[in-house]
Amino acid sequence: MIAAAPSPSVASIGRPMRERLAGFARTLRDNGFKVGLAETRDALAILTHSLASRPTSLKSAFRSLFCATHSDWERFDEIFDAYWLGAGMRQVRTLAGVAGESRIPVRRRADRTLSPGLLGQPDHVERRNDGDGESAADGQARREGASRSENLSSADFRHITSPDDMAQAQALAKRLARVMRARLIRREQIRRRGRRLDLRRTIHRNVSHGGTPVELAWRRRKIKPLRLVVLLDASGSMNLYTAFFVRFLHGVVDAFREAEAFVFHTRLAHVSPSLRDRDAMRAVDKLSLMAQGIGGGTRIGESLATFNRWHARRVINSRTAMMIVSDGYDTGEPEQLAEEMRRLRRRCRKIVWLNPLIGWRDYTPQARGMQAALPYVDLFAPAHNLESLAALEPYLARL
Amino acid sequence: MNRNDISDRLAAVGYVADRDIATALWLMEYLKRPLLLEGEAGVGKTEVAKSLAAVHEAELIRLQCYEGLDQNAALYEWNYQRQLLAIKTREGVGENANAIEEHIFSERYLLERPLLAAIRREKPPVLLVDEVDRADEEFEAFLLELLSDFQVSIPELGTIKATSIPRVVLTSNGTRELSDALRRRCLYHYVDFPDVDREARIIVTKTPGIDAALALQIARMVSAVRKEDLRKVPGVAETLDWAATLAGLGVHDLRQESEAVYETMICLLKTHEDRARLTREVSERLLGKVA
Repeated sequence: MIAAAPSPSVASIGRPMRERLAGFARTLRDNGFKVGLAETRDALAILTHSLASRPTSLKSAFRSLFCATHSDWERFDEIFDAYWLGAGMRQVRTLAGVAGESRIPVRRRADRTLSPGLLGQPDHVERRNDGDGESAADGQARREGASRSENLSSADFRHITSPDDMAQAQALAKRLARVMRARLIRREQIRRRGRRLDLRRTIHRNVSHGGTPVELAWRRRKIKPLRLVVLLDASGSMNLYTAFFVRFLHGVVDAFREAEAFVFHTRLAHVSPSLRDRDAMRAVDKLSLMAQGIGGGTRIGESLATFNRWHARRVINSRTAMMIVSDGYDTGEPEQLAEEMRRLRRRCRKIVWLNPLIGWRDYTPQARGMQAALPYVDLFAPAHNLESLAALEPYLARL
Repeated sequence: MNRNDISDRLAAVGYVADRDIATALWLMEYLKRPLLLEGEAGVGKTEVAKSLAAVHEAELIRLQCYEGLDQNAALYEWNYQRQLLAIKTREGVGENANAIEEHIFSERYLLERPLLAAIRREKPPVLLVDEVDRADEEFEAFLLELLSDFQVSIPELGTIKATSIPRVVLTSNGTRELSDALRRRCLYHYVDFPDVDREARIIVTKTPGIDAALALQIARMVSAVRKEDLRKVPGVAETLDWAATLAGLGVHDLRQESEAVYETMICLLKTHEDRARLTREVSERLLGKVA
């Protein structure tokens, strides 16, 4: 609808008011609202209406107009009040005609892609030298020469240290994510061989045969890719692996059309929006920063509860595979973890638990949390190097 | 029609509206934009569209979206049986293939599906595109095109322009993220569970013969139940079922009938897990708090 908004007297709106409105649109944009010219024009049309004389009516009209998502909806009142009614402002004395630029208490230039809970974080990060944090590793896997990447794929992630190696590992992870996706799709195609007749096209083609269906037109069922939801443990005990898996996560979200990613340590954060940042480096940096978080304990049970309660309904459908990447060291109650795993199990198709520790010699899943979770896990697999990740591929392809 | 008229008319057709939804419906009219309603299942999104149709005394045309919904099911289809019949009879008369083709791909053999129906009515209908998040991205793109041009082209027949522009309401449960383009095309309203007062008024409106005090008790109780950690939060429809059940049992005061309350709670709780969670004790504790 090319909204020919009824505009009896748009011209009657004075210049100061127009500027105020433009300032409001700018404030909204700075807060991550998607506001375009059409919205501003419609807002002018609303201002010409008698309804606009009452602030509460104006607020609810603007809210419907400018909001596009639930999170917009929840933040709108605060921004509106701050801008138009001057509520909760530190410097209140500003002349009415001055557009809001300098007097906005709400977050400006806050990073748009971060989820609300994480907005406190600074935007720009010093590019971390990935080597420093993990220098505890003895670097035994670093070899030179032609077979470098091959060696890399069997090197424990703990031993991948230099930024160069890291970048290469990331590329491998990304490729792996792509391969996984391609496999899944091919599989589905073979399985769903059932074809239906396309009546519309068949009839059209056979008019000249007197309507007798000589040439048939077929329809193939559309292929739906699997949805992958990854929960990554970023607690202190996983520290050595986090940097790598963050990159893996980025590869997954980038390559799968339907993928969601969450990071947890003591609480759970939804990170797919940040990962969709076009600039891969920045996305990974941002996420590394979140993942560093509090190096304290892990609360897997509680994080899963948060996931089940608030996110599961939205991100899980019948074609969803869950991938949990964690060492299973849980500082919470194992009973809670078991209970939440049970609920999760009922919802999704498969649960894959990747544990980097399995790659260690003589590892047995002794951690209480791991013990509690195991009965609900469909596949419990190592994930300490790229080879072990690649070994997952056939399994995931069969889902 | 201004906003207060809309509130009044909504009340007249039995929809208990809050101010915000009345404003949104008025804006739809004023700016001629579609309205996107989001919210949990059971908060009464579909009801908004039904009431809007009643307010304007317009026809409600509903398109239920699902995975794999395609243009055939949403827009138009040819009547194949009749086409085949026509081919046979005309061939018998000796008509040539081109003439037959011309004939069978004409208006007479076209079956309207909801989207086409919505733009070909004399009087603008209300088009409800229900659970648009269930349809695929491709369908969403197609819908967007239709919503901006209000014309469709049928290859065999030509372009059909809208005779009237429908009022469009879209609903979404948020199972999939909708595209920015679609969101921006629409006005937005987030439908929440009604607050206690409004829910009590809804109960009174929809349950004949219930008294206001009981309705308020029920609304409070339901609001308390929703705060429990449930797998499936009861919606407004569940509340109404429960209210009707209690009224049917002749309950007048929830406090006096804690046993009946517990037993009829199956109207609200639809999974075994939730039923197990809301034990007799929990039920009585909630009742003690609210009634």
